[in-house]
Amino acid sequence: MLALIAQASTTTDVNVAQNVAFYIIAALMVWSAFRVVTTDNVVHAALYLAVVLVGVAAQYILAAAEFVAVSQVMVYIGAVMVLFLFGIMLTRATVGSEDKVNLNNKGWAIGIPVALAMFGVLVYAVVDAFEDAVLIEPSPEQIASATTAISDGYLGPYLIPFIALSFVLLAAAIGAIVLARKD
Amino acid sequence: MYAANFLVLAAALFCFGVFGVIARKNAVMVLMSIELILNSVNLNLVAFALMNSVAIDGHVFALFVIAIAAAEVGVGLAMVLMIYRNRRTIALDELSEMKG
Repeated sequence: MLALIAQASTTTDVNVAQNVAFYIIAALMVWSAFRVVTTDNVVHAALYLAVVLVGVAAQYILAAAEFVAVSQVMVYIGAVMVLFLFGIMLTRATVGSEDKVNLNNKGWAIGIPVALAMFGVLVYAVVDAFEDAVLIEPSPEQIASATTAISDGYLGPYLIPFIALSFVLLAAAIGAIVLARKD
Repeated sequence: MYAANFLVLAAALFCFGVFGVIARKNAVMVLMSIELILNSVNLNLVAFALMNSVAIDGHVFALFVIAIAAAEVGVGLAMVLMIYRNRRTIALDELSEMKG
């Protein structure tokens, strides 16, 4: 096993430590995502979703996307999870397990073949297209200048989408306030 | 690191999200499943940014998706709250007045 890993690390330019970390985090993420869609408790589902979001942030760091990872932590774990927990509390879903409410639709089992078929097609397409595509490892200079490059992108070629996005956020904030207002 | 690692993980998250959207009755759970789907797409975008050359466009798109997802959750949860206030339930199969 160790010889195999050593051979793999010498014959290809695949970083073993990066791969091991990837698989550990990926297993945790897949298990948590499974629990998000199968658990009977809404609060537990939200907390499992938080685990998935932390895992995604860790994968961003493994993929040398530090700025996206920090944004993920601030926006998702800081803001979206709090919104979800408030939504759960305000819609008075059962906290704890005092009574098991049925969270699934009547025909929920139809989702299993749909999801499995979609996963099969996706894996087939991915393996067919990117079978031995190796992600390049950016140099330290490139990692250090990534945030500069992102800001150059936002204020350069993506300026119009950026302004449009700020209007979308403004409209969403106003819309959420109008919708959730008491009267 | 193979690109297929990230893409297959993202495919798994995407399919869990699709299953959640189909199977769940609680509107908040459906919103959580949509978050799973959006995160899987983000993972793909960040992986594609390292595919051929170190391009930053994947990160920019991922940040766009994060911002849109935040807006979507805000509006979605406001709608859920309004439905709960009017109907005392957020079970999606009971909201069927528009059915022909």
